[in-house]
This record gives sequence, structure tokens and C-alpha cells, in this order.
Amino acid sequence: MNINLVFQIAAVGIIVSVLAVVLRQSQRDEMAQLLTLAGVALVLGIVVKLVVDLFETVRTMFQLY
Amino acid sequence: MEIVQVVGLAIVSVVLLLVIRQQRPEIAVLLALVVGLAVFFLVAQRLVAILDFLRDLASRARVDSLYLNTILKIVGIAYIAEIGAQVCRDAEDTTIASKVELAGKVLILVLAMPIVMAILETILKIL
Repeated sequence: MNINLVFQIAAVGIIVSVLAVVLRQSQRDEMAQLLTLAGVALVLGIVVKLVVDLFETVRTMFQLY
Repeated sequence: MEIVQVVGLAIVSVVLLLVIRQQRPEIAVLLALVVGLAVFFLVAQRLVAILDFLRDLASRARVDSLYLNTILKIVGIAYIAEIGAQVCRDAEDTTIASKVELAGKVLILVLAMPIVMAILETILKIL
């Protein structure tokens, strides 16, 4: 399951960078900026869920707190 | 055979990171963190088995469970602090990385205090 996340994030990263270049070519820089922001926000959403999952696992494993 | 999965995932993600790091360094940092977590989750089950084995050994040797629990807590804190510091260093931000490590050290010292006191008392009793 986690390995799919890696490839999803990589796909988002590549698509966002390609689309940003295309938008920049057609003189729509603000769109490119918004698209980059959206890409980073999407990836951040995925990463936050995974990090929360990690902290839960480590907490139960090492009896922290 | 998890090692094959781990190495395969590592090689693929390193190549992906090289591609993404040129255009979108911020997504590359997050991707590196996700790969690290994916590898950790692959190994997590084995780690739980090892920890249970350690607890079994400690109870058999009649070691006070307080010491082993404190040691495991220290290992947990060190591991999480290490993850945080590595992510910051991956984003070329060594100042925040050193602050995270400082916090980790302080918390570990706080946990280690009771053990040091116990050792001191046993030594004093012997003398």
C-alpha cells in the first residue's frame, strides 16, 4: 500500500512540473504558480496522513507517552 | 525477502527523486520522506517481533521492566528525532535539523535521569 503512495507522489510531482512548464510557455505564470501550490498541497495531504500513521506505530511499538 | 523489496523501492525512488528534484525540490523532499516511511513500515513487523523477544529475555532475567521500558522509549524518541533531523537536512536546512536533535537529546536525558539515580544508589549501597 505504501509503495503505491511513493509512485502516486512521484506522478504528481512530474505532472505538476510538466504542466507548470507548459503554462509558463503560454504566458500564464500565475496559473503555473497556482498549479504548483495545488501540487504541493496534495502531496502534503498524503504525507501528513502517512506521518501520523508512523507516529501511531512508533508510539504503540515503544510505549511512548 | 523484504530486503529485495526495500532495495528495489530505494533504487526506483532515487531515480524518481533525481528527476523531480530539478523542477520541484519541495515535492522531492516530501517524496524522500515517504520512501523512508515506506521502508520503515516494511520492516515494522519484524521490529515488533524483536521487541517482544527483548521483553521476553528481560522478564526471564528478572530485570526490572522499568529499565527496559525506559530504554525502548529512548530508542523511540531517538528514532523519531532522527527522522525529523534527516528530513530537515534533506531540505538543506541544517539549523532546524540541529534544533530537532537538541530537543531529542534533552528528552532522552530527561528519561535517563531515573536510571542514573538508581545506578548511583546501588553503587552507594555497595560502598
